[in-house]
Amino acid sequence: MAQSALLNASILKKVAMALSGIFLITFLALHVSLNFISILSEDVFNEASHFMGYNPLIQYVMQPVLAFGVIFHFVMGFILTAQNSAARPIAYAKYNGAANASWSSRNMIISGLVILAFLGLHFYDFWFPEVSYKYIAGTAPDATRYYGELVHKFHDPIRTALYCVSFILLGFHLWHGFASSLQSVGMHNKYSRFLSKVGYWFAVVVPALFVIIALFHHFNN
Amino acid sequence: MKLTLKIWRQKNAQDKGGIVEYPIDGIEPDMSFLEMLDVLNEGLINKGEEPVAFDHDCREGICGMCSLFINGEAHGPDRGVTTCQLHMRMFKDGDTIFIEPFRAKAFPVIKDLVVDRSSFDRIQHAGGFISVNTSGNTIDANTIPVNKDDADKSFDAAACIGCGACVATCKNSSAMLFVSAKVSQYALLPQGKVEATDRVLHMVHQMDLEGFGNCTNTGACEIECPKGISLENIARMNREYLAASLKG
Repeated sequence: MAQSALLNASILKKVAMALSGIFLITFLALHVSLNFISILSEDVFNEASHFMGYNPLIQYVMQPVLAFGVIFHFVMGFILTAQNSAARPIAYAKYNGAANASWSSRNMIISGLVILAFLGLHFYDFWFPEVSYKYIAGTAPDATRYYGELVHKFHDPIRTALYCVSFILLGFHLWHGFASSLQSVGMHNKYSRFLSKVGYWFAVVVPALFVIIALFHHFNN
Repeated sequence: MKLTLKIWRQKNAQDKGGIVEYPIDGIEPDMSFLEMLDVLNEGLINKGEEPVAFDHDCREGICGMCSLFINGEAHGPDRGVTTCQLHMRMFKDGDTIFIEPFRAKAFPVIKDLVVDRSSFDRIQHAGGFISVNTSGNTIDANTIPVNKDDADKSFDAAACIGCGACVATCKNSSAMLFVSAKVSQYALLPQGKVEATDRVLHMVHQMDLEGFGNCTNTGACEIECPKGISLENIARMNREYLAASLKG
């Protein structure tokens, strides 16, 4: 079979989508762990953030890989959604999707778009100022600034609410995405049921921790 | 029972088509859904109108011919049945029932509720078989030992009747459950392993050519499948496909 046909194959696109999803799930686990430190200790949070912000391996290897993973996941999501829409040119007059599939599984594009919008806000809040601080203004490293910057962002109740709503939609996205990614890479064995439950817990606990962190800093400061 | 039917009418493949409302009375709860349509058609013929075209054959849940998307679900609100096994007791007196053809780019409407499902045939032709010498020298299949668990799973996959409910119900019009059942029924048996690599590559390639959508693992197909074909088959096909792709 021609290589071009293989590369365009629906299953390989699904697998690529799943692998990028699993990579982003791993990143989320790391991100929430780091953020949770901010509740426990200002100094340790500053130290950990400074390490993440100035470690060359993280900055010049992991960060570009992460950016590629995020962009790939979104672009592939849009491509697959467009192809899926084209596969049914005439819609049903009555379609009872809730009868046989969860809301989260049927609306990954909606939860995904909310997450994309959130990423725009998140980059505006943290990533762009960080790039400006380090690479445009060329300010000297300050290992004590991170906690203050984080707390300052959560003063605003509207921003805090937007973050919380986005985290809830992230939970819906993960609720389906975690188990779905395992199915897409062909995993269906005696461990699948257990791993699906792990996925459901992940989908609840990780977004809940993000919400708790946001609310903690909003009300505590 | 007195019902209001909202039925998709379409003269031919070129016609735009639309929903037409038909009031109907005197329906018995023990009638099958297709018998209810027979009653409707008898009335339409008596009035000199064109009867509603719909697919049907065995009327006992074996052939997979009867399609119909009823009140937003493939084969209607019951589970594990085809439309011919759906009974009117699943509905209430006074209900409005939407009856539409299976919708997918790969299942074009021929007339009214009848769709062309030959895309499934073409996928099957692409690799859904084993090459066996049937000239009189065929080896008895029972001489090859088969693990009981594999034999059971293969048989379960082979129960797929190719009705297309998986495609109709999937929000993406994906045919992955059908194709995976056909791939699995051979992949699990020693007789099917010889051509396994080509089979999965060719069948998936044909599936993509036909214009079916991509599976997003919602699980709707498994729930609506009248034969209970498991999502496990899709995972197996994904594994088979990945392994086959690496082999080239």
